[in-house]
Amino acid sequence: MEIAVISGKGGTGKSSITAAFATMQSNIVLADCDVDAANQYILFAPTQDEEEIYISGFKAIIDKTLCTNCGVCVDFCRFDAIFDIGGEVEIDQISCDGCKLCSRVCPEEAISMVKEDKSRMYSGNFRNGKMVYGRLAPGEENSGRLVNLVRSKAKEIAKANNIETIILDGPPGIGCPVISTITGVDQVVIVTEPTLSGLHDLKRTLEITSKFKNKTSVIINKFDLNSEMAAAIEDYCHSQAISVIAKLPFDKVVVDAMVNCKSVIEFASESLIANLLIEVYQKLITDN
Amino acid sequence: MKIAIASGKGGTGKTFISTNLFNTLQKAGKKINIVDCDAEEPNDREFISGILQDTFKVLQKVPVIDQNKCTFCGKCNEYCNYNAIFFLGEQHVIRVIEDQCHGCGACSFACEFGAIIEKDDLQGTVAQYKISNNSSLIEARMKVGVHSPVPTIKAAIKAASGADFILFDSPPGTSCPFIQTVVTSDYVVLVTEPTPFGLSDLKQSVETLKSLGKPCGVVVNRAGLGNNEVFSYLENKNLSLLMTIPFDRDIASIYSKGELLTNADMEWEQKFNQLFTSITIEYGNSRN
Repeated sequence: MEIAVISGKGGTGKSSITAAFATMQSNIVLADCDVDAANQYILFAPTQDEEEIYISGFKAIIDKTLCTNCGVCVDFCRFDAIFDIGGEVEIDQISCDGCKLCSRVCPEEAISMVKEDKSRMYSGNFRNGKMVYGRLAPGEENSGRLVNLVRSKAKEIAKANNIETIILDGPPGIGCPVISTITGVDQVVIVTEPTLSGLHDLKRTLEITSKFKNKTSVIINKFDLNSEMAAAIEDYCHSQAISVIAKLPFDKVVVDAMVNCKSVIEFASESLIANLLIEVYQKLITDN
Repeated sequence: MKIAIASGKGGTGKTFISTNLFNTLQKAGKKINIVDCDAEEPNDREFISGILQDTFKVLQKVPVIDQNKCTFCGKCNEYCNYNAIFFLGEQHVIRVIEDQCHGCGACSFACEFGAIIEKDDLQGTVAQYKISNNSSLIEARMKVGVHSPVPTIKAAIKAASGADFILFDSPPGTSCPFIQTVVTSDYVVLVTEPTPFGLSDLKQSVETLKSLGKPCGVVVNRAGLGNNEVFSYLENKNLSLLMTIPFDRDIASIYSKGELLTNADMEWEQKFNQLFTSITIEYGNSRN
């Protein structure tokens, strides 16, 4: 089964909770789908047995020796990426979306497309099983395709090694990478925090998850930082028929675990928070 | 002067810094606008209230195929660089996958039979709120479910001109949405937390900004949690530490209620004034 941990708002504790889930049994596949800011490899230092190049898109470049500065490409570009600067046509690499239309319309065939090939996907072993993670190169488009790649690799590895459970650490936000992370998984866990922003972002996240048929539940992390807001979030979840499967207290031990490159299960197995997380995990894998 | 407040890792306190800096400068009578560029999960409005002045829709063109005129030649499918046209030539099946369309217009250009017309597709909304006589909030809000927040972010940034100072509350990460936000700014404030995840994502942001040639400084939030590695990193890289905010339950509680620290505590208003001074000095130095 696949369990995806997402959050909407960043910094709610998604990755720490995912790391805890990934260290409760010995035979697991951990897939870090937060390809824009992958962090699980920092805790688990997996082996890099395989490396795959991921082409995230294309960028247009002009061959100045062929360009006559006719400006046809400027007129066709819909991304405000091509400018006529004092009679010289220039492409702004940041705004270029890689659609290739400029290259197609150019009468001089002066524009070619180059691949954006700096992103990678890695897979290997970590102390509790197998791990797959993507690393998107800065500035490249996070379209969700790299997440799809990470997920299919994780499934392939799970199948080849007879591993039942795949844990997915999702990206923040509600865009394509999140949709790619939760599509078709068995359980979606949304980690939120008791702040007004947390509640606002949870509502938008539930708007996304409601479009899917996965089982969805909520963890309110650090609930004691504002118990009233935590209660408001619980009420909201109740009104949407979403179950709040845990309310976790704020505990510095979670950060201390991270500093020691361990999950809270490994670092402080006797702590209240570790015990609560074990309970949650049991619920998730049995309620399927 | 345009200042972007950004972070690789989510939830480090971008919105906290942006809204409090805005509030401080607004109270000091500066002509200032704040742009909430975190279009997936915009939160600034929970901290800053104002009167809605203007709102507009961000639209993108998507193709509509007239099945009567279509000859199923497949040229549009060939021209589409985003796999947004599903095409089975022999079976005479052609369909637009709107979620994948980037609105580049390549298919319309390709079609020789006038079978493709375009319609407007909603990407998000930009709303402008008047906060005081001298200040406004411009919010980019992506529509839930669309492929990218970038068109909405670009539209909001465009709408924000005309003030002496503009703050951009950036989206997390270092992919397209981040780049689009920081590229228009003069100076970037990176907000981090003193944890291994925070540091790893900070490093990635610093490297990215370096390649863009953008000057930046760092705010360390929640100091006291985690470790001191971030401080040695800043020293080694000769990066300026603009401000340190301790982890404090009172500060967390004020934030959680959607309130501004700089309204609740005069001392912090002073500190945010100092932050602004540091930013202007650092920016000045970067230009020498």
